Amino acid sequence: MEMPIPNPAIMARKARVVERLQGVLPFDAVIFDERETRAYECDALTAYKCPPMVAVLPSSTQEVSDVLRICHEEGVPVVPRGSGTSLAGGALPTADCVILGVARMNDVIETDYENRIIRVQTGRTNLSVTGAVEEHGFFYAPDPSSQLACAIAGNIAMNSGGAHCLKYGVTTNNLMGVKMVLMDGEIIDVGGAYLDAGGLDLLGLICGSEGQLGVVTEATLRILHKPEGARPVLIGFDDNEVAGTCVSDIIKAGVLPVAIEFMDRPCIEATEAFAKAGYPMCEALLIVEVEGSDAEIDHQLELISEIARRHNPVELRQSKSAEESAKIWLGRKSAFGAMGQINDYMCLDGTIPVSSLPHVLKRIGEMSDHYGLKVGNVFHAGDGNMHPLILFDANKPGDLELCEEFGAEVLKLCVEVGGCLTGEHGVGIEKRDLMHVQYAAADLNAQMAVKDVFDPAWLLNPAKVFPLDASESRRAVQLAAE
Amino acid sequence: MDITSEQALVDAVKGAGGPVAVQGGGTRGVPAGGTVLSVAGLSGISLYEPGAMTVVAKAGTPVAEIEAALAKENQRLAFEPMDHRALLGSKGTPTIGGVMAANVSGPRRISVGAARDFLLGVRYVDGRGTVVKNGGRVMKNVTGYDLVKLMAGSFGTLGVLSEVSLKVLPRPETQATLVLHGLDDVRGVAAMANALGSPFEVTGAAHDPAAQNTMLRIEGFETSVTYRMDKLRTLLSATGAEIDVQGAADSDRLWVQTRDVAAFQGKPGDVWRVSCKPSDGPALAARSGAQAWFYDWAGGLIWLLANAGHDLRAALGPFDGHATLVRADVETKARLGMFHPEPAGLARLTSGLRAQFDPRGIFNAGLMEHAA
Repeated sequence: MEMPIPNPAIMARKARVVERLQGVLPFDAVIFDERETRAYECDALTAYKCPPMVAVLPSSTQEVSDVLRICHEEGVPVVPRGSGTSLAGGALPTADCVILGVARMNDVIETDYENRIIRVQTGRTNLSVTGAVEEHGFFYAPDPSSQLACAIAGNIAMNSGGAHCLKYGVTTNNLMGVKMVLMDGEIIDVGGAYLDAGGLDLLGLICGSEGQLGVVTEATLRILHKPEGARPVLIGFDDNEVAGTCVSDIIKAGVLPVAIEFMDRPCIEATEAFAKAGYPMCEALLIVEVEGSDAEIDHQLELISEIARRHNPVELRQSKSAEESAKIWLGRKSAFGAMGQINDYMCLDGTIPVSSLPHVLKRIGEMSDHYGLKVGNVFHAGDGNMHPLILFDANKPGDLELCEEFGAEVLKLCVEVGGCLTGEHGVGIEKRDLMHVQYAAADLNAQMAVKDVFDPAWLLNPAKVFPLDASESRRAVQLAAE
Repeated sequence: MDITSEQALVDAVKGAGGPVAVQGGGTRGVPAGGTVLSVAGLSGISLYEPGAMTVVAKAGTPVAEIEAALAKENQRLAFEPMDHRALLGSKGTPTIGGVMAANVSGPRRISVGAARDFLLGVRYVDGRGTVVKNGGRVMKNVTGYDLVKLMAGSFGTLGVLSEVSLKVLPRPETQATLVLHGLDDVRGVAAMANALGSPFEVTGAAHDPAAQNTMLRIEGFETSVTYRMDKLRTLLSATGAEIDVQGAADSDRLWVQTRDVAAFQGKPGDVWRVSCKPSDGPALAARSGAQAWFYDWAGGLIWLLANAGHDLRAALGPFDGHATLVRADVETKARLGMFHPEPAGLARLTSGLRAQFDPRGIFNAGLMEHAA
């Protein structure tokens, strides 16, 4: 993956930049020693590493503003970082950048159960937002699988989803307001404890902009009361296509499950060897979860089971208790770990129309044979968000490149059938150069024109999202200013 | 000009010599000057996949046509878009493009989200006459910036929508509404907060001070609705209010009336729509200087009927939220502005965006910009 050549003129100013940053931040909040900046050299896309010039850990919106103002004046690129769990390289530094980490900003500012909102600093982790309200029976709905570690800042930057978004939506559907610092240090407030901010929907634009428009320091989030209960049913099929039809029939029947997860045979085999969840060996496994009171759950699970029976399942197991639910979820939740046990893997997250599922799985199987790399598929079937896990050996020369080529082919296929490159991980650097596949030049231009408004000098996370050749002239503005 | 293709739309935009009034069916009282540019001729559903809960339609497709197609598959537009015609006395056919451009969301906004939350993808023509697409037709998509959200609620000021793709949802088996009688505004809003803070998934919460009725809607399977109605009744018994339950047909009628602001249809005066923090609602309404009002969205949306020309924003003063002037004569809308003035920082960004999307400033010029 190509990254822009670091600007030597900026790196030559390191001492001055550090000194100015030390002037506005506590001593321990400016990290510039080369051994220590290494801690920020990558995110969860660990195949790519580059220590930043400096890393800063501000503790308040004002400190963030001071940092950005200085970097703006010095012409230094800034890469914002939440918890560094991005799978797309969204927080990958360049050697001439300042990493701005929000990890020290993790306070709950306000909880308001009457109006069903929580206001937090964005360094707070996703799960600890729920942690702050669960004793009152509430929760924060978006639940990316990294929720123990990932920060709200990163969730907003990437518009993160999760297994339960079929019912509750993704981050953008649960975000009501932000406090954000622009690259020149200006602090703005968008939205708040009310629905549908007035004027243009800047909130919708900011969410998912991958840290390229500003640094969000506070967020007002919608919280919901927990359902009375939730239980899944496990359904096994001998055929992918039949499983896909079953998903579509469930949806058409008017049941709206909170999650519909899909695993294919390679994935079932791997997780069974690893977690021994007692899954049947078959071509496709569905886990369908519904919510409500015990009687409501029984009613919905029976409706789903009725639909499933019409498709001759090889296995049909309704959970009757928390223990049985945990066992059904065990395999799915350990799927990534199980695949990681076999080899290194690359996790894609292209989305497809649900109707294309059988075709896409068949094509991925053919590509797997062609490239000689194994693939397991986990899939949020209700919303079409795929997670093919391609296995490769990082120690074998050429294997990563082969895997990336294979991955690119899968993502092109997702677009070809009417889907998209990324459903919840974001573009980052990983899918940056594939943006041409989904979007024409005019489409990318319209998006880049937005960044021109928020960050005219293209200093915020500049090497992400847009193909380098497409953004080159805009990034050159920054170089020309030297 | 009769526009029946995206190319014709491109040609019309490129050929425009001055301000253009962007329209769908023209039913929503948007006061824009200039040559009318209507997308009503760009009509038709291009794709509907019930099993994937998605529909793609040209911007000028009548809302009724989409709703009819969805009803055949037992699905619906879950965000429950309002029909403005009876309130505004407007004629014409509401279009899906108009719904999305104005981000028109009804009572179910509090549980399922706004129109913008159901918009998956757009094609639009910008002010240069360039066709741009963003998003797609799948439910999860974070590929690049979300211009889809930006276009929703931009009232045609950034570009002219030519095609939209939407997420749809199953139509529940049945519905019912619990009605509490005799609560004042403060206690009504508190009762709604109590109901929404329960696990019973209330999909509508409105309070009508004139009748002192507080209404709470539950939708789902028959057994579930019965169960949840009982639970809600128990939960709210502490209010001391007299409680009754309206069955499916009456419930449906009540929420259509709420959605379409039936209370103010045909009554003289201006109509305002205030979005606020729900618990702030009663105090805001009390100081608004309006003649009458009612609450939707559990108090977070107040519909107010005020004397013609009354500056409701001035009466409210600063608050967390915004006030939109929905119905007034042209002179009043010009004087007070249909939209709430933005703080300087946001106004600078939004005018920057307008300059990028519509450099000549021809689309519904000045509609959303109003000096504080």
